[in-house]
Amino acid sequence: MTPDNTTTARHADSRRPARRTEHFVADVSETPLQVTDRVKDEAAPLSLWGEAWKNLRKQPLFIISALLILVVVAVSLFPGLFSPIDPTSEACQLANSDAGPAAGHPLGFTQQGCDVYARVIFGTRSSVTVGLLTTIGVLLIGGIMGAVAGYYGGWIDSVLARINDIFFALPLILGAIVLMQLPMFRTNKTVWTLVLILIVFGWPQIARITRGAVIEVRNADFVTAARSLGVSKFGALMRHVLPNSLAPIIVVATISLGTFIVAESTLSFLGIGLPPSVMSWGNDIQAAQASLRSNPMPLLYPAIALSITVLSFIMLGDALRDALDPKARKR
Amino acid sequence: MSASVDFQEAEYATERPLLEIRNLAIGFTTSNGEVNAVRNAHLTVMPGETVAIVGESGSGKSTTALAAIGLLPGNGRVAAGQILFDGEDISNASEKRMIELRGNSIGMVPQDPMSNLNPVWKIGDQVRETLKANGLPSGPDDVAKVLSQAGLPDAGSRAKQYPHEFSGGMRQRALIAIGLACQPRLLIADEPTSALDVTVQRQILDHLDKMTTELGTAVLLITHDLGLAAERADQVVVMYRGQVVESGPSLELLQNPQHPYTQRLVASAPSLASRRIQAAKELGVETDDMLAPSETGVVEPSKTDEVLQIQNLRKVFKLRSGLGKSTDFTAVDDVSFSVKRGTTTAIVGESGSGKSTVAQMVLNLLAPTSGKIIFDGVDTSTLNSKDLFAFRRRVQPIFQDPYGSLDPMYNIFRTIEEPLRTHKIGDKASREKKVRELLDQVALPQSTMQRYPNELSGGQRQRVAIARALALDPEVIICDEAVSALDVLVQAQVLNLLAELQSRLVLTYLFITHDLAVVRQIADHVCVMEKGKLVETGSTDDVFESPQQDYTRALLNAIPGAGLMLPPEVEVA
Repeated sequence: MTPDNTTTARHADSRRPARRTEHFVADVSETPLQVTDRVKDEAAPLSLWGEAWKNLRKQPLFIISALLILVVVAVSLFPGLFSPIDPTSEACQLANSDAGPAAGHPLGFTQQGCDVYARVIFGTRSSVTVGLLTTIGVLLIGGIMGAVAGYYGGWIDSVLARINDIFFALPLILGAIVLMQLPMFRTNKTVWTLVLILIVFGWPQIARITRGAVIEVRNADFVTAARSLGVSKFGALMRHVLPNSLAPIIVVATISLGTFIVAESTLSFLGIGLPPSVMSWGNDIQAAQASLRSNPMPLLYPAIALSITVLSFIMLGDALRDALDPKARKR
Repeated sequence: MSASVDFQEAEYATERPLLEIRNLAIGFTTSNGEVNAVRNAHLTVMPGETVAIVGESGSGKSTTALAAIGLLPGNGRVAAGQILFDGEDISNASEKRMIELRGNSIGMVPQDPMSNLNPVWKIGDQVRETLKANGLPSGPDDVAKVLSQAGLPDAGSRAKQYPHEFSGGMRQRALIAIGLACQPRLLIADEPTSALDVTVQRQILDHLDKMTTELGTAVLLITHDLGLAAERADQVVVMYRGQVVESGPSLELLQNPQHPYTQRLVASAPSLASRRIQAAKELGVETDDMLAPSETGVVEPSKTDEVLQIQNLRKVFKLRSGLGKSTDFTAVDDVSFSVKRGTTTAIVGESGSGKSTVAQMVLNLLAPTSGKIIFDGVDTSTLNSKDLFAFRRRVQPIFQDPYGSLDPMYNIFRTIEEPLRTHKIGDKASREKKVRELLDQVALPQSTMQRYPNELSGGQRQRVAIARALALDPEVIICDEAVSALDVLVQAQVLNLLAELQSRLVLTYLFITHDLAVVRQIADHVCVMEKGKLVETGSTDDVFESPQQDYTRALLNAIPGAGLMLPPEVEVA
């Protein structure tokens, strides 16, 4: 059957009974014609971040985690406001060793006779500092490595990806134990050495996420459009590719901030993290372990503080992930 | 129709409709409350009849059809009205009853052949699943029979292949085979060929026509193309914003549209417009459907030089095929043509013809393997970085995907200002003035400046992309499928805008498209490409009136509505 036969047969088919099809026209007043492609100008202009913020504001998960994080940050900035007692070891009275809660000391005392509440409050700063500094460092190194690998591709990508895989394969704790035993680290343990170690083992994850996000964006038409406007290759990376890859990176960075705080505590607990002179939750948990059976409370309270902090960062990451979901963006 | 009812019509009056939709309303529960997707819809499909629902995206055409097969998304529900299938109301039928009906009473051919076949199942297994589910014999021979009926050659061995081994057209045939496997009485075809090349589209539709005529299957065809609907259907139902605005016999609807929306649609559909231009040419009369300025138009004779010359252009890609080995793939093979200043040259071809690769090379984003691109007398491959920067000012692209071509993080002001800032033109105040002018030129309100791309529709984004391309006062604009993703009316609007800008600013367009109907409207010259080679070039009139190559002829015949007889002018009341 040739195409032309089909069409003519369809309209003048004598074999079929001539069905009468009504020609229906809707009332124009009920189906008013609108201007083709009118710009909707009722709502206020809204950027992507503005829209994400609008969604976030209504989410209980975000509100709770953001409030908790605000409290944690305030405590770490101004611990004196939250605890009137100076918890440095000089102020500890051995007479109070393992004593229960007393007036002015709501959480009782450690084996060394220090106030548990004050130590938890003053320990916040080192945990949060390590978490924040490590996240910033990891974002810088991992972000640059991942962006360069994903954007330029080719042999650069191959080389960087292999380096990434090597570091990814090294277990954090094992690597940290080995490195911290090196003479240069063993003698001067500070917050900075710990941050350095955590960055060395933490960047590959961010690098991977960044690489994936950049690869997804780099072939978008708007990048090609910018290039054909005369924007340089590097300029297009900085102005168009990176800002559009940020969302997944922010989500992962927020979640890993929590895990870095855990890592700090783990290493301090093992005695290879912060020196005992620095007050931190990890050190406190380690110190309280000795009297765990007779007096578990000094261990429990820093552990609770640690869990709440980490949990709130992870919850914030989850809330951000929902709000920044690219699939939900297209309207 | 007269009052005298003859015998046949009396007989018809007692015939029961296969599918009747009465006053249907469909609502969706969203985060913004209840949204009415469809209101007061009604249509009737008689046994063996083909009915087409035509409408733009979001008009409710697919939603209506999905309701008929009981496959509305979870948040959608039939709020009012009836869906009568052979006299039985199935609008709120139980899931059990719907499963009984699906497959052997109502079949479905989905839109996208790429995502609607399970990639880890063999084609034959997917057909067998349908047969089994409806209690039909499902041996290998039965499966092969079903597939060969859908026009798949060598069906027995094809059934053992996986979807990725099939081309788009073959996958769609497999989907049609699945849809018709159980010989349903009604087949719902949701844009069955929109994702396919025109020539493949024609084959598939012809075959679908033949099969449904043989089996006596009624078809509910959903399409955005009025020309295609009129050609394939007995009856056309036009939907607009969730309501049926007009329905009737297809030819009558086309020749005598009553509702203003239908009138606009008839005036704008490229397939119909190109058909009208053809009719006008044959009668020797003028028509408004021609958007390209005539040869003696606005361009001064002194400026009709050849702004772009493409000479023996070749592009070979190396395809990796295992360790260290690579095979050559010639995407563009010895292509030569030239473009006159102030005119529109269209490069037409199906997917994989190399037309977009040519565009990338002309934009100097991809280096040719051999051959030259001469822009205004200078070979573009010899440009140093400073000259290349200057070249970028003069040649600008507009891309296909309106959702991908604007940076979602930039507001419209920053988007249009970017080329000015990059080329350090003017200060902040003069740049803002220029952006306002550009928005006026593309007919967008100036308040759009503060908005972000995700707040605009596809057509509006495309107009922003045009404004950005115009910011540097370029001479040549490369439109890579610039209107293909837009709804018919919006597409017409953008095409008109492009034509108007061309005559005002003496722009030269290189128009890359697969849609010959659009070419007929806008282009002065046509280059037809097939598999990397240029098969035919010439003025649009010559190519459309006397195509020299079989391939060009096949492309022209594949424009939907080619067989329709239309008057050259539409009467718009």
